[in-house]
Amino acid sequence: MKKRLWLVSLIAIFIFSSVLVGCVEKKSAGTGKNDKTLIYGRGEDAKLLDPSLVTDGESTKVTDQIFDNLVEYADGSTDVVPSLAESWEASEDAKVWTFKLRKDVKFHDGTPFNAEAVVFNFERWADKNHPQHKGGDFPYYAYMFGGYKGDPGHKIKSVTAVDEFTVKFELTSPQAPFLQNLAMSAFGIASPTAVKKDPIAFTRNPVGSGPFKLKEWKKNDTITLVKNENFWRKGEPKLDKVIFKVIPDNSARFTALKSGDVDIIDGLNPTDVAPAEKDSKLQVFKQVGMNVGYLAFNTEKKPFDNPKVRQAFNHAVNKEALIKNFYSGLAKPAINPMPEFMLGYNKNVKDYEFDLDKAKQLLAEAGYADGLEVEFFAMTAPRPYMPDGKKIAEYIQADLAKIGVKAKIVTHDWQIYLDKTGKGEHQMALFGWNGDNGDPDNFLYVLLDKDNTRMPDAANIALYKNDELHDLLIKAQELSDEKQRAELYMKAQEIIKRDAPWVPIAHATVPYAAKKEVIGFKTHPTTELSLEKVDFAQ
Amino acid sequence: MLAYTARRLLMLIPVLLGMSLIVFAVVHAIPGDPAKTIAGDKATPEQLQEIRKNLGLDQPVYIQYFKYLQALLQGDLGTSLVNKTKISEEIGPFLAATAELSFVAIAIALFFGINLGILSTWRQNSWLDYGSMFIALIGVSIPIFWLGLMEQWLFAQELGWFPSNGRLDPRMEYEPITYFYIIDALLFGDMAMLGDVLKHILLPAIALGTIPMAIIARMTRSSMLEVMRSDYVRTARAKGISEFLVIYKHTLKNAMIPILTVVGLQLGLLLGGAVLTETIFSWPGVGRYIYDAINSRDYPVIQSGILVLAFIFVMINLIVDLLYAWIDPRIQYGKE
Repeated sequence: MKKRLWLVSLIAIFIFSSVLVGCVEKKSAGTGKNDKTLIYGRGEDAKLLDPSLVTDGESTKVTDQIFDNLVEYADGSTDVVPSLAESWEASEDAKVWTFKLRKDVKFHDGTPFNAEAVVFNFERWADKNHPQHKGGDFPYYAYMFGGYKGDPGHKIKSVTAVDEFTVKFELTSPQAPFLQNLAMSAFGIASPTAVKKDPIAFTRNPVGSGPFKLKEWKKNDTITLVKNENFWRKGEPKLDKVIFKVIPDNSARFTALKSGDVDIIDGLNPTDVAPAEKDSKLQVFKQVGMNVGYLAFNTEKKPFDNPKVRQAFNHAVNKEALIKNFYSGLAKPAINPMPEFMLGYNKNVKDYEFDLDKAKQLLAEAGYADGLEVEFFAMTAPRPYMPDGKKIAEYIQADLAKIGVKAKIVTHDWQIYLDKTGKGEHQMALFGWNGDNGDPDNFLYVLLDKDNTRMPDAANIALYKNDELHDLLIKAQELSDEKQRAELYMKAQEIIKRDAPWVPIAHATVPYAAKKEVIGFKTHPTTELSLEKVDFAQ
Repeated sequence: MLAYTARRLLMLIPVLLGMSLIVFAVVHAIPGDPAKTIAGDKATPEQLQEIRKNLGLDQPVYIQYFKYLQALLQGDLGTSLVNKTKISEEIGPFLAATAELSFVAIAIALFFGINLGILSTWRQNSWLDYGSMFIALIGVSIPIFWLGLMEQWLFAQELGWFPSNGRLDPRMEYEPITYFYIIDALLFGDMAMLGDVLKHILLPAIALGTIPMAIIARMTRSSMLEVMRSDYVRTARAKGISEFLVIYKHTLKNAMIPILTVVGLQLGLLLGGAVLTETIFSWPGVGRYIYDAINSRDYPVIQSGILVLAFIFVMINLIVDLLYAWIDPRIQYGKE
């Protein structure tokens, strides 16, 4: 009896399911096999798709395709060229900036782009009482423009629409990297209509004016963008569709490229670069990044309060060997705190050469002839500028041992690492920086000025304080003449080299790999991603 | 039976309460600051303070717990700190992805595990036995991530038989209904999609199913060996019933209870512990969802995610317990 019940129910399930099969109509545009679709493999999903709310590169890789800025970076440099703004001029004192806007731009939802839209976006970001100041904390706005409306350091006094296509910014004091800031991913101009409708939902359904529109977001899996047929730059984008696909594991991502599941990837393991270059079906792009990996000394703690000790350690770090062994050659030795392609880079600064005898001698002069013991923080979170902090630390440790320094390596989870270094609990620590806007101020002031030694969140983790340097950096912030600024930054790099708060180690090259048929892909020092010119070779 | 089920369900309440307390305590004991992950490495102290205030993280921990509990009792799993989405709205697809993968993995494990186990009992102490148990030994010892990477290398990269990652060809767009892609494909009656989904799920399911397969094989062997020696099996054989029926019908059913226990536990583990497989095969499942949340100190997601998994684990165990009675009518619940 029981057995028969079992059989009956099995048959019932079978019949039921065969009725169900095909009874739901599939809502989709089909597979679109003839579409030109680029699949971009990467390590993590975006957090939110409103660029003004995020700080992670994975989110902005996507929003870069959806949004346009008033101005944008030129190919291959951090110079600024027109985008939504056709032209601009600054007043004599560099406090008033007037932008002429393009007249032929519409957002993806049909809302016309005009001066009011620009004003709306800036007010939303700046004013904490703005009805659409929601969804997050607009961290980059506060960070690049000195806080929010009403804060003492806030740089933007007002943004006004002079006429339909002219917008005027008044600053409280001149801000040298103002244009560079406007070109940052975070300041993509959003459709006011869409934001007003629901600022929270906007973070999942972004509406901009860029070359691609959002079609679908499957969390932790894929983000599908489709061509914006009405993009204002005629003839672009070339692709019909871009799919960002999350493949967390670096090796698995590379395998996916080789087996043809994706067309282009970032975040290659350095060891995979050489095989990728040899593969006849692939091409590799290498971009010297806007970054620096460094070893910072806590200049407030013994023994590193003594510049001689810091110089001695500088002589004991073999950068070439570190780059060869741990960056797989994918880096340039860092001499100054910022990479070469930036304004005011000082080519005349001479590095402390790798020389253990000299290091020993300097230690002896500092009173440590018998050696010393230090604690050495090593970051374990892999970053392009520090691919394997622990091994790099061990290598340095071995060289230090030769000059009588016993370094004890300490590791922490990345969050804790940030906490502890931000509070100055380290003696010396490996660290690094990815630049934001491509201005020297973003490296030298942020990482080495005394203003940024405030704990518990010191960005200057060397806690290095030099008034002479401070004066130079502040002066450079208030000039708009590039040449004068460059001179000040050159001087600043000399001071930093002399005082040696860091051992600058390397500027990492960021590798991408793609199938051979992908054309028109260009990397950028800011690691901003632009795909509107990318196409497939016929 | 009904009373028993009801009692077990009631017992869920203290279990989940205890879980919530433990999870909350552990999560808040992880050093690190969610404000920092939200604002980035570059935020100012004022910004961080502001964010902590907005998130309610500046309040004492016990108040945070009671607020969490209060919301939980109203069925509110909370809102992600990072992307401000309601967890209850977000977690469904991840759970479905993990469940689908786990079910297929456990099905593969059951099929191969039981048959390997039977094979080795059928010819005990022969090379078949040793061979099967050697496979099982490899199965429990092999690191999943290594197996996964090797599968990808061989079947995706070199042979090109299967895709290396994901649940579906990303070019195939569709609006999910159940988020179980196999079921969705059947509902659509789209055989091309079904084939693609099955091709995608096979490699990760094998990687994930290997350990349970090995454990099931060993358990089947020992359990079968015991039953095979019992009198009724000898009687069955004496009656001249074919060996196949003796093994699959008479012996297996009685040997099934311990196997079922193992399957229940393994399925529970798979649902929560598939992080490695999900990472290597880019499977957008709940393991990675929680793992990512741990990295960004997204407290509500970690708490509620683990709580949901705990709930599922307990439920599976309950189902297994109820299945005992169905498989072996001698087992009865609710009678003292």
